[in-house]
Amino acid sequence: MTAQINDPVLKPVEDAAPGAEAVPERKKLALVASKGGLDEVYPVLIMASTAGALGWDTQVFCTFYGLDIVNKKRRKKMKVSAVGNAASPPPINGIEMRVPAILGVLPGMSRVATWMMKKWMKDSNIPDLEDLYQICIESGVKFHACATTMGVMNVSQDDLVDEASCLGATAFLDFAAGADLALFV
Amino acid sequence: MTADVKADSVLDCTGLLCPIPVVKTSKAIKEIEVGQVLHMIATDPGAPPDMEAWVRQTGHEMVAQSSADGKYGFWFRRTR
Repeated sequence: MTAQINDPVLKPVEDAAPGAEAVPERKKLALVASKGGLDEVYPVLIMASTAGALGWDTQVFCTFYGLDIVNKKRRKKMKVSAVGNAASPPPINGIEMRVPAILGVLPGMSRVATWMMKKWMKDSNIPDLEDLYQICIESGVKFHACATTMGVMNVSQDDLVDEASCLGATAFLDFAAGADLALFV
Repeated sequence: MTADVKADSVLDCTGLLCPIPVVKTSKAIKEIEVGQVLHMIATDPGAPPDMEAWVRQTGHEMVAQSSADGKYGFWFRRTR
């Protein structure tokens, strides 16, 4: 009996009665977040909060360094790396900055890059990462912690925010297989 | 034009960038009754295509739209 109730095939036909108000079907977004840099997590949270605002069932699988998104302490300390980004630094007020890449390895450069990005975000009225995360939660976005990453990086459930559920790749792929859109960041 | 559209609620998103106008609009539309109209104002140049997509995705109705001096106005009727 229970199986029958859950069987979509057995839904009454009246649900699709012609002339009924067209209610958009609830879409699903499966987002894999594998990176933990401030500049890499912003796009994840912007996409997720937007999908949440659209009413989509949005689920984020936080794996590898992306696990920091649901780490109580580490999310608050996210940084922008000063090395390895060929587009960095971007032009400021249209002026190209010529900073030799090797300077990126100097002590304190990551802190400078992080400070700069936080300043641009603030100046552009974009919420900081904490506020954006809270907006995601309020919009119903679900965050999952990759069980394997927790094992590899020795992260316990106590290190994570309460709302993060621990999942394996199989469980997430099960959701992603039924999603309208899957993104990997 | 837009002069004869009466708004029941106004949401000012001036100076805000994606995703905040969409997040705020989604919240504000839930605070008015079905059939009522929300007037949203934005300056984000991405707002016109974004709000058209928002209407397609949420099923609410855009009853009017305006654009002048970098300010965009949208009037949304809550449908459900």
